Amino acid sequence: MKAFLSFLRRWLPLLAVAGGAIFLALMFIPPSNPTDLDVVGFGRLPVLSGGRMKPMDTVARSSLLQIQHRQDIYLDDAAGLPPAKEDILTPIEWLLDVIYRPAKADTDRIFVIDNQDLLNLAGQTSESVAIHYPDTERSILADFDFMPANWRRFSYAQLKPYLDKIDNQAKLANDVPAQSRSAFQNAVVQLFESLVLYQRLESTVQVPGADHFVNELLDFQSALPQGIEALRAKEAGQAHNEELAEGMLRIGERYNALATATDVLVIPPAAAADLNGWKTAGRSLLESFGTQRVDENELIYAGLGAAWRSQRADEFNHLIGVYTQELQREFGSRLGKTNLEVLFNSAEPFYRAMPLYVIVFLLAIMAWIFWPESFRRAALGLAFLTWVVMAAGILTRMWLEGRPPVTNLYSSALYIGWGGVLICLVLETVFPLAIALLPAAAVGFATLFIAQHLALSGDTMEMMRAVLDSNFWLATHVLTVTSGYFTTFVAGGLGLVYICGGLFTTKLTPKARDALARMVYAVICFATLFSFVGTVLGGIWADQSWGRFWGWDPKENGALIIVLWNALILHARWGGMVKQRGLMCLAVFGNVVTSWSWFGTNMLGIGLHSYGFTTAAFWWLILFVASQIVFIALGLIPLARWRSFAAVSV
Amino acid sequence: MSNPFRAARDLFVSLKLTVVLLVLSIILIFWATLSQTDLGVWGVQQKFFHSLFVVVKIPGTEVMAPIYPGGYLIGGLLLVNLLAAHFYRFKYTWRKTGIWLTHLGLILLLVGELLSGLQQKDYDLTINNGQTLNYAESQRDDEVAIIDDTDAKNDVVTAIPNRLLEGGDTIQTPGLPFRVVPQFFFQNVNLTRRENAPDAPPSMATAGIGSRLAVIPLPATGKENERNLPAAYVELVGAQGSLGTFLVSSFLEMPQHFSYGGRDWKIIMRPARRYFPFSVTLQKFRHDVYPGTDNAVNFSSDVTLHQPDGSTRNFHIYMNNPLRYGGLTFYQASFLPGDQTSILEVVRNPSWRIPYIACAMMAVGMIFQFLLSLTRFWNRHRAADYSVA
Repeated sequence: MKAFLSFLRRWLPLLAVAGGAIFLALMFIPPSNPTDLDVVGFGRLPVLSGGRMKPMDTVARSSLLQIQHRQDIYLDDAAGLPPAKEDILTPIEWLLDVIYRPAKADTDRIFVIDNQDLLNLAGQTSESVAIHYPDTERSILADFDFMPANWRRFSYAQLKPYLDKIDNQAKLANDVPAQSRSAFQNAVVQLFESLVLYQRLESTVQVPGADHFVNELLDFQSALPQGIEALRAKEAGQAHNEELAEGMLRIGERYNALATATDVLVIPPAAAADLNGWKTAGRSLLESFGTQRVDENELIYAGLGAAWRSQRADEFNHLIGVYTQELQREFGSRLGKTNLEVLFNSAEPFYRAMPLYVIVFLLAIMAWIFWPESFRRAALGLAFLTWVVMAAGILTRMWLEGRPPVTNLYSSALYIGWGGVLICLVLETVFPLAIALLPAAAVGFATLFIAQHLALSGDTMEMMRAVLDSNFWLATHVLTVTSGYFTTFVAGGLGLVYICGGLFTTKLTPKARDALARMVYAVICFATLFSFVGTVLGGIWADQSWGRFWGWDPKENGALIIVLWNALILHARWGGMVKQRGLMCLAVFGNVVTSWSWFGTNMLGIGLHSYGFTTAAFWWLILFVASQIVFIALGLIPLARWRSFAAVSV
Repeated sequence: MSNPFRAARDLFVSLKLTVVLLVLSIILIFWATLSQTDLGVWGVQQKFFHSLFVVVKIPGTEVMAPIYPGGYLIGGLLLVNLLAAHFYRFKYTWRKTGIWLTHLGLILLLVGELLSGLQQKDYDLTINNGQTLNYAESQRDDEVAIIDDTDAKNDVVTAIPNRLLEGGDTIQTPGLPFRVVPQFFFQNVNLTRRENAPDAPPSMATAGIGSRLAVIPLPATGKENERNLPAAYVELVGAQGSLGTFLVSSFLEMPQHFSYGGRDWKIIMRPARRYFPFSVTLQKFRHDVYPGTDNAVNFSSDVTLHQPDGSTRNFHIYMNNPLRYGGLTFYQASFLPGDQTSILEVVRNPSWRIPYIACAMMAVGMIFQFLLSLTRFWNRHRAADYSVA
């Protein structure tokens, strides 16, 4: 036993890193097809949506994140816990159903409704939403909230009878400015948007619900020459086949409706570089009236539909192969990006990094209690590994977008996590006390968690708004300001370690206190510099773009408050107004100031920077601010009651 | 030295005052940010930053009371604090170079912000494709223009800024054969036909369209995308007596005509114009969207500048790329629906360079100071032992 323990103690760091590496290596397993049909191949097909070329896979995933707040569809939601593989519908299978078998997709429970008033509007009662488990074990678990007790996702078919009511209420709510909507108004607008998104997806490739679309297109094509002749004659007032001309007009209306019913442009241009040449399926069909033939890409998409409806794998896979080969000829290297994006979607590096940061945190706590050096090294190694994965993920996104790392709120969360962990790793190497590892894990986990929620608003690689479209300023102003955020957060995190470690444990030795004070001071110096330079660069950008160096925009003010707060800490320290403990409390308040600047300013719904979201986040912000104030209050408890300090005085 | 003097000196050189002022400014900025949802960015600047005190109506009364130091007061005190501390306390050594540079930069920044607050003027140049203009319009200020248009080729324009009308004093200028007597001024109004507002007080107007209109006063707005539409009753008095009282308002787009002394006149209230010694032609406004979306990739205006010496120059103005000419800067600010009309923002700010210089000084100063601290830190750190036993 003793030999085993000393073995463990010695090899623990290596074991932790190796375990982490194996866990992370799993993400390199490429996505596989659940059945013989090459749905992954379908997911790789490029489309133009939101102004950028992306794979079908991304369309499916970002739509599902918006509609149902997760990617996979659980066919048996009552199972609650992550269900077995056969009970899961992958995003791309779902999208295939939405496009080609809407009647089936209509029965998938995807529309999230949490608001009680909205449930009532949608005809649900407390009885109808209750989940009845067949076995007692699960019923008991549900009673204790370990299993879901109520349905929170509903199918399109369930909502269909209430669409008019939802539409009406959403229109009423839309007239109210976003920041003053009630919970019900927010919920109904969100549901309405989800429903519209779903309906528009149905028109991606073909007329929704047309079960014989290939035949329709072939008939259309063969009728075209005479049909157009008949139309011309009719217009010129000459003798013509009225039935044929009428048929052409009807079909024209049908495809005209299809042309504007979707935002996804599936028919590729003849030249890959011509982004404006992408068309919706309906638009390409309308152009058939001029070219007298149906675009073969549209025929292939229609053929895929026939194969998907009858689940004929050989036909489906053959068409995917033919289409991909055709694309390869013109698009060549451009497909590299969409293919990588599919791999990136299934690898989910940021999602996988989250549990590892939890383990880093636990290992670092262990280092305070037991085998300090062994656990410390394990935590440090694992933290470094996870940081590398984060960096690789951010680099991949940068390559896919052709942009600096921070382009929206989502990517700012990733960057803040990455930078915060980096600083902590440096601090941990300089002060090897397992102190900086705690904020490292906390910042890493928290930012990834936030990013996970921000992804619910849609494509995280969306195109930039015109004003922000400047790689130079994105790379300078945005990065430095965001660096100011993460340095301030790290200082605050270290302050929390000081307060909690000193108050609740006996482990905050004078050496650790001294190290913490030095770390916090150094980090705040950097935070002042970063936030100042970043704010100034923002001013220069504003002067170049709008003719004013400073416009008192909420986000600008937020950044300025960070600069002032950090300057205040430094001056209070230099003037001897605060000592070690005061420094820590001020640093913790830096968390409040920074979170306000990062999120709070976006919630005001005004100004140039109000590109963010959302009201649910508001309560999280309030909660976070309240928690930080509680910690500061704890920090003000007289030192005599702090366990670490009492231990010394004894 | 007397005691109160010493106490004042000690206060003004102290770091405690610095910290207090920083706290006050943080609260001021936070409060102002929250107020933007109601007041708009312009209103907030006037109330919080370009003021000595934040003046608030005491709830339940009509009494306005200064309850918090405003931007000018806090900024001014910070400036005094900085200057005093530097002159009194700091001895220059090379190690202090960073601190000196940072604080000198800050002094410059505060002064620069004061200057641009006082000097900066913003105008809008709203121009259609193919149109040529030689003036821009103020975003906030209005004027009453009295135009002698007897001559078919040339108008003679006399413009009276609204703030003179607000003052209420009679205006007499050599350019006009009559006096202008302001009777009543409204900051912001809605105008409607009298029959639509039976309860409205009787009109003071005796000439022009004003007698048929009712004036509904509105609270003044400071919001970014809203504009006040002021109105005024003005009486024109010639040597032989009154010509009548006109209601003029920016709400009315058409001028009112009258004759006097054998000449034809027009009177109109309109956004204050700033005439250029050159003119600008909009050749083409472009508004590109991402393929398949309504989201803009860019807005841009191709303009031709007709310079005073008769030569012309072409410019392409787009987002993040303004045109600087003749002490003015032209920015692509907005456009009107239909993509035929471009709105350029024209800014005059002679002190725009100050923040650049100030911030460069501060950044260099901080980097110098922190590198110095870092080396000191590192030297001490190497002497200490932090490894876990």
